[in-house]
Amino acid sequence: MRYSALKILKEGLTGNKGWKPVWREPEPKKEYDVIIIGGGGHGLATAYYLSKVYGVTNVAVLEKGWIGSGNVGRNTTIIRSNYMLPGNQPFYEMSLKLWEGLEQDFNYNAMVSQRSILNLFHSDGQRDAFVRRANAMMLSDAGAELADAAQLRRELPFLDFDNARFPIKGGLYQRRGGTVRHDAVAWGFARGADMNGVDIIQNCEVTGFHIENGVCTGVETNKGPIKANKVASCVAGSSSRVMALAGMRLPIESHVLQAFVTEGLKPTLPGVITFGAGHFYVSQSDKGGLVFGGDIDGYNTYAQCGNLPVVEDVAEGGMAIMPMIGRARLLRSWGGLMDMSMDGSPFIDKTHVEGLFFNGGWCYGGFKATPASGYCYAHLLAKDEPHPNATEMRLDRFISGHIIDEKGQGNQPNLH
Amino acid sequence: MSQTNRIKGGLVDRSQTLKFTFNGKSMQGHPGDTLASALLANGQKLVGRSFKYHRPRGIFSAGSYEPNALVELRTGAHQEPNTRATVAELFDGLTANSQNHRGPLEFDVMSGVDLLAPFLSAGFYYKTFMWPKAFWEKIYEPFIRMSAGLGSLSMQEDPDVYDKGFLHCDLLVIGAGPAGLSAALAAGRSGAKIILADEDFLFGGQLNAETYAVDGMAGSGWAAQAVAELAAMDNVRLMNRTTIYGAYDHGIFGALERCTDHLPTSGGKPRQILWKIYSKRSLLTAGATERPIAFGNNDRPGVMLAGAVRTYANRYGVAPGKRVAVFTNNDDGWRTATDLADKGIEIAAVIDSRDGTPRASIHGANMVMGGRIVDTAGRKGLKSLTLSNGQVIKADCLAVSGGWNPNVHLTCHQRGRPNWNDDLSAFVPGDDLPVGMSVAGAANGTLALGAALKDGRDRANEIVKDLGFKASRKAAPKAEDEAYKGAPFWHVGESRKRAWVDLQNDVTVKDIKQSHAEGFRSVEHLKRYTTLGMATDQGKTSNIPALAIMAECTGKTIPQTGTTIFRPPYTPIPMGALAGRARGKNFRPTRLTPSHIWAKENGATFVEVGNWMRAQWFARPGEKGWRDSVDREVEMTRASVGICDVTTLGKIDIQGKDAAEFLNHIYTNAFLKLPVGKVRYGLMLREDGIAYDDGTVARLGENHYVMTTTTANAVLVFRRLEFARQCLWPGLDVHLISTTDGWAQFAVAGSNSRSLLSKIVDDGFDLSNEAFPFMACAELTVCAGTPARLFRISFSGEMAFEIAVPARFGNAMMGVLMQAGEEFDAVPYGTEALGVMRIEKGHAAGNELNGQTTAVNLGLGGFVSQKKDCIGKTLSERPDLNRDDAIRLVGFKPVDPAKPLLAGSHFINKGDTANMANDQGWMSSVAFSPIMGHSIGLGFIKQGHERKGEIVRAVNPARGSEVDVEIVSPHFYDPEGGLQRG
Amino acid sequence: MIINHPLLGPRDAAEFVYLGDAALIDRPDPSVADAAEKFHEYGYLRDNPAGEHQELWYHEQGDRSWLVVTRNTLSHEISKVELARDVAVARGRGR
Repeated sequence: MRYSALKILKEGLTGNKGWKPVWREPEPKKEYDVIIIGGGGHGLATAYYLSKVYGVTNVAVLEKGWIGSGNVGRNTTIIRSNYMLPGNQPFYEMSLKLWEGLEQDFNYNAMVSQRSILNLFHSDGQRDAFVRRANAMMLSDAGAELADAAQLRRELPFLDFDNARFPIKGGLYQRRGGTVRHDAVAWGFARGADMNGVDIIQNCEVTGFHIENGVCTGVETNKGPIKANKVASCVAGSSSRVMALAGMRLPIESHVLQAFVTEGLKPTLPGVITFGAGHFYVSQSDKGGLVFGGDIDGYNTYAQCGNLPVVEDVAEGGMAIMPMIGRARLLRSWGGLMDMSMDGSPFIDKTHVEGLFFNGGWCYGGFKATPASGYCYAHLLAKDEPHPNATEMRLDRFISGHIIDEKGQGNQPNLH
Repeated sequence: MSQTNRIKGGLVDRSQTLKFTFNGKSMQGHPGDTLASALLANGQKLVGRSFKYHRPRGIFSAGSYEPNALVELRTGAHQEPNTRATVAELFDGLTANSQNHRGPLEFDVMSGVDLLAPFLSAGFYYKTFMWPKAFWEKIYEPFIRMSAGLGSLSMQEDPDVYDKGFLHCDLLVIGAGPAGLSAALAAGRSGAKIILADEDFLFGGQLNAETYAVDGMAGSGWAAQAVAELAAMDNVRLMNRTTIYGAYDHGIFGALERCTDHLPTSGGKPRQILWKIYSKRSLLTAGATERPIAFGNNDRPGVMLAGAVRTYANRYGVAPGKRVAVFTNNDDGWRTATDLADKGIEIAAVIDSRDGTPRASIHGANMVMGGRIVDTAGRKGLKSLTLSNGQVIKADCLAVSGGWNPNVHLTCHQRGRPNWNDDLSAFVPGDDLPVGMSVAGAANGTLALGAALKDGRDRANEIVKDLGFKASRKAAPKAEDEAYKGAPFWHVGESRKRAWVDLQNDVTVKDIKQSHAEGFRSVEHLKRYTTLGMATDQGKTSNIPALAIMAECTGKTIPQTGTTIFRPPYTPIPMGALAGRARGKNFRPTRLTPSHIWAKENGATFVEVGNWMRAQWFARPGEKGWRDSVDREVEMTRASVGICDVTTLGKIDIQGKDAAEFLNHIYTNAFLKLPVGKVRYGLMLREDGIAYDDGTVARLGENHYVMTTTTANAVLVFRRLEFARQCLWPGLDVHLISTTDGWAQFAVAGSNSRSLLSKIVDDGFDLSNEAFPFMACAELTVCAGTPARLFRISFSGEMAFEIAVPARFGNAMMGVLMQAGEEFDAVPYGTEALGVMRIEKGHAAGNELNGQTTAVNLGLGGFVSQKKDCIGKTLSERPDLNRDDAIRLVGFKPVDPAKPLLAGSHFINKGDTANMANDQGWMSSVAFSPIMGHSIGLGFIKQGHERKGEIVRAVNPARGSEVDVEIVSPHFYDPEGGLQRG
Repeated sequence: MIINHPLLGPRDAAEFVYLGDAALIDRPDPSVADAAEKFHEYGYLRDNPAGEHQELWYHEQGDRSWLVVTRNTLSHEISKVELARDVAVARGRGR
């Protein structure tokens, strides 16, 4: 069913009785060409691009709960490609370009809104680092723009320019950055993949791998065994648990990241704004809530709930740069499990087990990567070689020393 | 018109009259009123507009879960959007305005949207607004944003202050209704330390809203007596106007106390206090929330929850209508009819969805058993309702009861899941409660009053006994006991009209059915697709009915269909309260250097360096800009002598007989042979082999060393040293203490530094090059007996010393040094001149030690000893960190000396296109060198050490610059180092 | 969270800084033949269990002890707190 204004008009006039399920609810077949474990954004995107671009349609997505229940369903919705390092920048730029054409591509309005992202800086040293980054972005045609404090004062008069502990010296804009209606991304990819014949199977938890002589031949699930030529894990914060079933230890820790939304407000913020002297990033949703977040709680956890110190730290960051939000009320907080990698960058790679693939380590930046992650993972699954934009996202890079560390924090996941 | 709907009774203080305005209209109320009760008393039915369809809405509830009656409270910078009129305490001079409409509330221009409702069903926006592509950001989204949202922020800084505090208790009782009061009394009598918190300004909860008697007196009277007894106990802290908003790990609760929200102004006091409560045990006695029934046009002003209707009558002395009808699926709804009838309010009808006989006889009321309301009429206020049998009943208020949901919210904050209870048709607390939590009363599904009172007491007694206190034997208070009787009934299927489930977000029964038809059947999908339960009330009255309707669609039971768990906060918390006083200049602590006062008196401009404020430069009269000052400071330091406060560098005192061995583990270079009285430069790696920090180590005694770190890493290095000491090499005899704040330290640099210092050292301490050469250190006294440490080290490249004195002498020392330096024209210099001189000298600093560079990259490979292990050594040897084409730190100078260099520029080889594929590296630090007379830079470029003399492009599109630069040695100034040794 | 410090009693976790798996105590011997591999495992690979986890916390706003805390990563329940130095010595670390 193709969505359009006309279709809405027709349905509206006939009592909205003709709407059909956005995806089917099939029972698993005995065997697939590819099984994707994890019906989050990345898993569904992988299925979509596998079926659409690479023509692999005998695919199942196995989701232990409901699709989109992972981090695609609980994030701060930001998209951007303001990366600097060669291992990252082309990949995230690819992702941003895919976002730009996504809705027309999968005929679903995910409300991709290129409202801009602004990273504030507060010291000369930080400015120098941002200029380096801005140039890397411009030399990659990703677009960047430096703004001085005077310009920001004109554009965003509500920021604290006169009484700040760490005065705002300027900012780095990526005007193409912005936000997306996060749940709709999962649904749009699911719908697209389903229409191409992919089986999306909810409430299907993988409980083991079938590995014989170093070759993965399928998975064990709570709905029985399912065979596959290729099995692709794509489970973010659950990566260590799932891959442990295949006997693997990963360069990943699971941490909780809390995110927050205020009550609905009339238009307040134009785009995404991030604080450079504390942990706070914020945008306003189309519904009017200020969606914001900060740092991870910082300890290993699989509990999808965080604690108060981080909540307070984030609010302090918000009040430090925009004290006009003092009377906005925090409405809801939630916690997502982050697959924090050892250098802050992800993996899209084969494993030492033939036929078993791994996608993970997205830290808390996985949402913006969703389309490119799916595309590149699909490429790897279909062609057995990495997509040109994801060649460095290898699991063995810490052996060779080919680290991709944008923040320069080293092998301590909770610092990325 | 004034208080036309005020009736007798209630707990408001009629001796005082409070004036307030709503949408500019003057009205009156009394102390004890909420804004909602006062609006109802004044006959104001229409109070707001719904989120999506801009439907007229009135007051729906009498609690913090109100979905409709949201107002902008107060004005100017105090404006507070989305404030629930049902909990806003009335004060004299209160100003409230309705929100989410264009034009007057009565004639909202946006209400036309309602006519388009057939085309705006669940998720319509996912299916359209995609063409043409560019229209989303430019047309559709701005329109959606303008029509969405609720209230407005003032966009001015929040003028109020907020405090934070910590409380500890044996037992936290959450909610001061019947169960909570009964529990607090029992626990309080045991002597345990109790906190009793309630979100209301008046303790008593449902006791204040009902006409039940407790221990032979009015419920509200019993509550007041209980509160008086509790107030007299030293071990009990009573916290009204306090919401326990979150249950966190290990018995920690978040609480928000509203201190001045009920007053016309805060009077300089904190508006609210955010408490962290550390409890050994907690008892959730948060009561229950009534839920509505969905039927056609059930959203009109005048359609209210039945419990709220009698709350307004009983507690506030207000009749929500002149002629009231009741629609219920349970006996409790009948109480609304009887209570109101007792107060002389006309009851038009009681419609009970259950068959059978009427539960009460009410004079003049139409009793309809097995009745269904299919529609209502009255655009801006209810006028009549239509039953499924076609009967039309005139009424201006309809009290609806669909049963009660225990307030299990806090039981879910640690991911606990509630259990379904068939008798109540509601979720009750599950088995996996937060640590230390028990639940009693209505929150636990014990809805009858007498049972709740007993439950509270019994649970409290169990808890205090567990905690080792002696439980009081006093019996539980007695009350009439009527078990809850009801039959599930969620929505009127016969209704052809839209039937609202989520009032605020305008989610109707049809939307839920469509959500099901489209496959959004998981509860979470339902919520996300339809926005049900996502409004400011978080679905407190809508989630369960929605779940029931979804269950009907899927043919499953409600618990099979699922439940949504609740997350903090219970009710929304202002950002200002969460931030507390950490805002503005107090966002983070400010650290001042010991010579801060001197610097301030001598014209310093300060700069934030981490939490420190450091002198950036010292402007002198006649200087036109910062460059003039910095150039002068550099020139005069290099020509004679300059002084800089370098206290901010981390200082770590290291003692013990294994200190040298310890340092050998920490630093890449060897430390075993450093003699007493000598200083050595040291480079630290992270364990992953990346360069981490550099500094110096001075050996002051046989087993005594002083380490310096960079300012940025002072705390982090100390942490790592403790890790190495306690976890990696616990057998070493070594002890550490941070002395960063203990010693004030000054760099005295320049050819006259020795002459200057010789004037202040005691007893003719020999500063000659022979006695105290480059990299010497000593403990001595200065200025006739002041203890000091002296280091012959140089960051500037000049002959230089660093002198340290106890921090309390720091400010005086700066004055002494400047006075002694007068004859040499000594200058104070700030961080800018410091930076210029270190770049001239080619020293790496924060921009180079950025956590991404190796010793090899930095040109410090020679500092990594091949003869011993150290932290980071093994992993630093990985092949990709030692590639032949690795970047190297080198110097850059512009081919045209007139051109300025810019940090952050990328290097591109001549003839190559400027893109990242051709990227050769980046410029990390630049300065104008007054000595060289042109701009100079440090930067990283591939194989830089082998490319000296080559010209490359330094491109900086972000700043609109491109400069040809020559690769040179990073040591621009005195490359042989003769000066610093001289 | 509250960490029951073996020397100081219960303290709010906000006083501490978290590092990670207590396996970080077990720094490999750099002189063995497969030191590179061992350091890779030590530096980069983690069990990351869902359940009981021994982990390192540093009492930065306190007495500067490093602690080994045994905590459940699903429930956050803390079952044991030890001085990391004691653990390190017990695991055979010396000088």
